[in-house]
Amino acid sequence: MNNQVNAMREFEGESRSAVAPAVSPAQRFYWSIRRELWENRSLYVAPLTIAAVALIAFSLSSIVGIWETPLSLDPAKPHGPYNLAAGLMMLTGIVVSIFYCADALHGERRDRSILFWKSLPVSDTTTVLAKGCIPLVVLPLLIFAIAFALQWLMLLVSSAVLFVSGKSVAELWRNLSFFRMTWLLLYHLVTAHALWPLPVYCWLLLVSGWARRATFIWAVLPVIAIGGVERLVFGTWHFAALVGSRLIGNLATGAATSRDAFPTDPMTHIHPSCFLGNPALWLGFVIAAVFLVAAIRLRHSQGPI
Amino acid sequence: MVCIEARGLRKAFGTKVALDGIDLHVEEGRILGLIGPNGAGKTTALNAILGLTSYEGELKVLGRNPWTERDQLMCDVSFIADVALLPRWARINQLLDYVAGVHPRFDRTKATTFLSRTSIQLDAKVSALSKGMVTQLHLALIMAIDARLLVLDEPTLGLDILYRKQFYDSLLNDYFDRSRTIIVTTHQVEEVQNVLTDLMFINHGRIVFRCSMEEFESRYLELLAHPDHAAEARTFKPIHERHAFGRSIFLYDGVNRQQLAAFGELRTPSIADLFVALLGEKSTNHEIRERAAL
Repeated sequence: MNNQVNAMREFEGESRSAVAPAVSPAQRFYWSIRRELWENRSLYVAPLTIAAVALIAFSLSSIVGIWETPLSLDPAKPHGPYNLAAGLMMLTGIVVSIFYCADALHGERRDRSILFWKSLPVSDTTTVLAKGCIPLVVLPLLIFAIAFALQWLMLLVSSAVLFVSGKSVAELWRNLSFFRMTWLLLYHLVTAHALWPLPVYCWLLLVSGWARRATFIWAVLPVIAIGGVERLVFGTWHFAALVGSRLIGNLATGAATSRDAFPTDPMTHIHPSCFLGNPALWLGFVIAAVFLVAAIRLRHSQGPI
Repeated sequence: MVCIEARGLRKAFGTKVALDGIDLHVEEGRILGLIGPNGAGKTTALNAILGLTSYEGELKVLGRNPWTERDQLMCDVSFIADVALLPRWARINQLLDYVAGVHPRFDRTKATTFLSRTSIQLDAKVSALSKGMVTQLHLALIMAIDARLLVLDEPTLGLDILYRKQFYDSLLNDYFDRSRTIIVTTHQVEEVQNVLTDLMFINHGRIVFRCSMEEFESRYLELLAHPDHAAEARTFKPIHERHAFGRSIFLYDGVNRQQLAAFGELRTPSIADLFVALLGEKSTNHEIRERAAL
């Protein structure tokens, strides 16, 4: 008991401040995002690795000339390798997003750390929205930044190679229209890789908060089941095509040129009014919101597995 | 001030009733021990208090509804559920940054001071720490939070004896004061006997016994009876009798100390012995409730 008395005396001097300094919701949101980046290092490690490999491959092909006429050394038609690099980065982005979302609300339940997170004054809404923001905002921006840096470096490498081999660097720069390419890349990332597939990401978040194990199987199973039933009953593939288009972007409905079934090519111009005026986009938002609300409710009631 | 107020707290998982209408009233500044066998409903009760599980009935913690206001409540409540719940991928620095970022009552200097007394490196990962170090880390985080209620669910599970002793020492010396409330559940009842101010036994989802430790010490007596006086001692209606080293050990409830002194050595029973006496196999719930009539 003596210990207790001592402890009481020790603490009587520093009584609890009546008003604690407030922490704003934005601050909690910011730290929740930071937490996701700490926890999921693959979010930036994977794209950076792919970008590094792409840069090395490009440099080798430029310098040594792996192909008969090295890809990068045609100043008249310079876009090919840049679009290839952008497509590669965006594909990486999709894969990372899918893996991230399928584990986002599962990991913390699996390792029981959800009890620690829930012992802090951060609401379930903040936590789930922060997780939703990763594929919607953080990853597209990250992919954009990395792809931008990669294309710059590629441009420098090919300029140097052209310069050394005595060809026209100016022609390359003139034909490449680098800034238009960059702008279209960002535009494409936001539309085709963040907004359009949002329902898929939110669906994965929801399943990761619900399933006890094998989140991927639970996420895919309903799609296969519905698609299978549709195929057997009606003999069509509409549902599977619908889901597929959300994931790898058949933007036919929003694209000005509808023959682009797979617009990894960021130069594909998706007309903004076409895109935003597409009811399917807004329907997708509604469905995504429903999935998100359900995921927040699950975070509220679920404990460690 | 009232810290926790519950009326008819009930929780069922399917047909299994985990909490069967519990009434709770915990004043501020108490250290309450919640003791019970596995599956008695201790963790469910704590989870309800912490807003981790839904429930039926009325429950107010520091004047708030824990189920709907968990995030605001956690400004004033801390808890340690057990040893293995800090995220293993995190670095110590990151955890400090995060808690400092989201918690208005977290004092980072205090936490680093606690940590500087341990061998934990701030740039280490949680996964690189031993079980004991993880508990020290968690304790450092929790004790740097100026909370009004601290909930500990089996805090020393899986720790070796040195750490267990240290754990409760730091809790009393560095943390507890009159305005804080602590609730602890544990199977290691002997460790907390000198720490608690209040005691509560829970079984089959019901509170079967409760008293303050002062009451416990004045009310219950254990007699290590001299073999010659065992029969006489028995006439004072002990609530429990056991045998050790050929001698009878009796446990009395509310019997005058002077009357028993002649029969052998008297001492305060351990919580574990009272627990066995009240909840042992011979006692039915009905008897316990009669004895523990409050």
